[in-house]
This record gives sequence, structure tokens and C-alpha cells, in this order.
Amino acid sequence: MAQQATAGRRCLRAFVSGFFVAVPVTVTFLDRFAYVARVEGSSMQPFLNPEGGSKCDVVLLNRWSVRNYQVQRGDIVSVVSPRNPKQKIIKRVIGLEGDFIRTLGYKNRYVRVPDGHFWIEGDHHGHSLDSNSFGPVSVGLLHGRASHIIWPPNRWQRITPSLPANRGPLDTEEEED
Amino acid sequence: MNFFLLFLQEIIKKEFFLAFIQCSGPSMEPTIVNEDIVFSERMSRHLCKIQKGDIVIAKSPFDPNMNICKRVIGLEGDKVCTSSPSDLFKTHTYVPKGHVWLEGDNLRNSTDSRNYGPIPYALIRGRVCLKLWPPHSFGTLSESPTERIIKTQSDSDSD
Repeated sequence: MAQQATAGRRCLRAFVSGFFVAVPVTVTFLDRFAYVARVEGSSMQPFLNPEGGSKCDVVLLNRWSVRNYQVQRGDIVSVVSPRNPKQKIIKRVIGLEGDFIRTLGYKNRYVRVPDGHFWIEGDHHGHSLDSNSFGPVSVGLLHGRASHIIWPPNRWQRITPSLPANRGPLDTEEEED
Repeated sequence: MNFFLLFLQEIIKKEFFLAFIQCSGPSMEPTIVNEDIVFSERMSRHLCKIQKGDIVIAKSPFDPNMNICKRVIGLEGDKVCTSSPSDLFKTHTYVPKGHVWLEGDNLRNSTDSRNYGPIPYALIRGRVCLKLWPPHSFGTLSESPTERIIKTQSDSDSD
């Protein structure tokens, strides 16, 4: 019985070490095209990670579609954090260049998004490090667009761009208050 | 097949062509003048080894399809001078976390961090290490002629 156990363990070890060599190579190649990422944190609740804790959603990030920096309002995107170049953050695009945004807790109440920038927010206001903390983000930091939730299987879905209620660019005619 | 060629083109454009860059504009004179060709390397950026005084190529903060070529005057946490050399009262600021302060060598004719503030480190694409053209100025690039870099105690200790 003991011999069978060690043979099995050796087999498993060979599989695991082979797996860890093959996966980085595949990931590097796919990095230009698509990217799979585990979403951590609660800043995009309830849309992503609704249960929090140990159950994290995994999303498919489409890198090919952002190679020309084209995004729409309402897209969920991954962006290199302006505070830490080694970290990527996943947020929703609320405003594009030229939009006027009413901010939530930013140093200015109203902001016009400068050229070449966009305004991103986490759906879970107050629990999110986003443009309300560090201001408009340069579009050059755009990394990928989340196109699908691929894990857990019961949450498999295509992500369509949608702006949350009351968050979005201000129509200049309505800007009365 | 068509898609594969497009894909390959993207990779070559982004990874290899960016190495040989033709610069335009007066903002880095006299170190780099209009139509010089320089060679940039991308390893330093990925290993986070960009230093004060390096000349870098970065994505323009106002248009990600445009590139700018400037010198790093300050890294995160460094003190930089925001007033011009001719001002009577000097003002300073500290570069925020995750950002760099860039200035052109030709201070009188350069739009840089003095105008638009510090830019995120991740916008840097590569470090210029060699000038290739014109032949009479072939070689490594000179140090900053502007004396805008504020040296801290730790910089002089490491020499």
C-alpha cells in the first residue's frame, strides 16, 4: 500500500511541476490577447464578488479590444493603479474625456475630465479606491476590458456596459444646482 | 490567417519598433535635437530600475497614442522645484507615490511636469540609453544640463 502511495505522489509532483512551466508560457502569449484575473476585494460589489470572503470571481480581461484605447462609459476595465505601478485595479468607467462628473468625496465637487483621461469608480462607494480618491486617470494606464465572469460557474455571464443609477456624466443643460 | 498577421504586427510594433525611436521637437535640446534617432530599452521599466536623471520615453498623459521624451527629475517621494530659475521665491513639492516628475532639458521650450504635474510611473515605456543618429553625436547621452535634480543625502552616499 505504501509503495502505491509514493508512486502516486511522484506522479502528482511531475504533473504539478510540468503544469507550472507550461502555464506561464501560455499566459505570456495570451497576455496580449486576453487575460484571466481573480477579482479581490469588495470595491465592485454587488456586481463582482457579491458574497465576498473567500469566494472571489474570476473575470476574462480582453486586452486586444483596448489596444487602441477605445472604451465606453459603463465598461468594467482593469487599469494600472496610479498609486502603485505593480498593481492592477478593476473599476467601472463612469466618464470619458470632456465629461462633467459630480464627484463623491473628491477634493472638487465637480470635475471636467481632461483630454486623454477617464473617470473610474467602484460600484461599492465608500469601499473603493478610485477616481474619487486620486482623480481622473490617464487612458494610457488602461490594461484590459472585463468581458465575461468565468468563475464560479453559476455566475458565468457576459459583462455588458451599464452605468449605475445616478452615476454618469452630467448633461450640461441639467446642471442647475 | 489575417487575424494572426494583425496580431504579429501589433507585437512587433509594440515590442520591437519602439526600440528605435525618432525624436521630434525642441524640448530636449541640446541633449537630443529634432530628428535624432535614439535606442530605448524596456527592461529598466519592468524591473522598476528607472533612476533620477534617466531620459525616458513615456505615453503622453493627454493622448495615449502619442509619446513624449523627457528626463526624470524626481521619483516618488523626491522633492522637486516647481518655480522657474528666474523666480525670486522658490517653491517645492514632493512627487506622490507611484508617479514621476519629468522635465525637458530645454526648459524654455518644453511642456512637461511643470505644466501638467507628475505622471504615473506606469506611463513610462522605456529608457533612452543610446543615440544612434546623427553619426557625429553617436553614443550615450549626457547628464542633465539644467541642474533641476535635487540630490538627497542618500544619492551622494551611494556614489
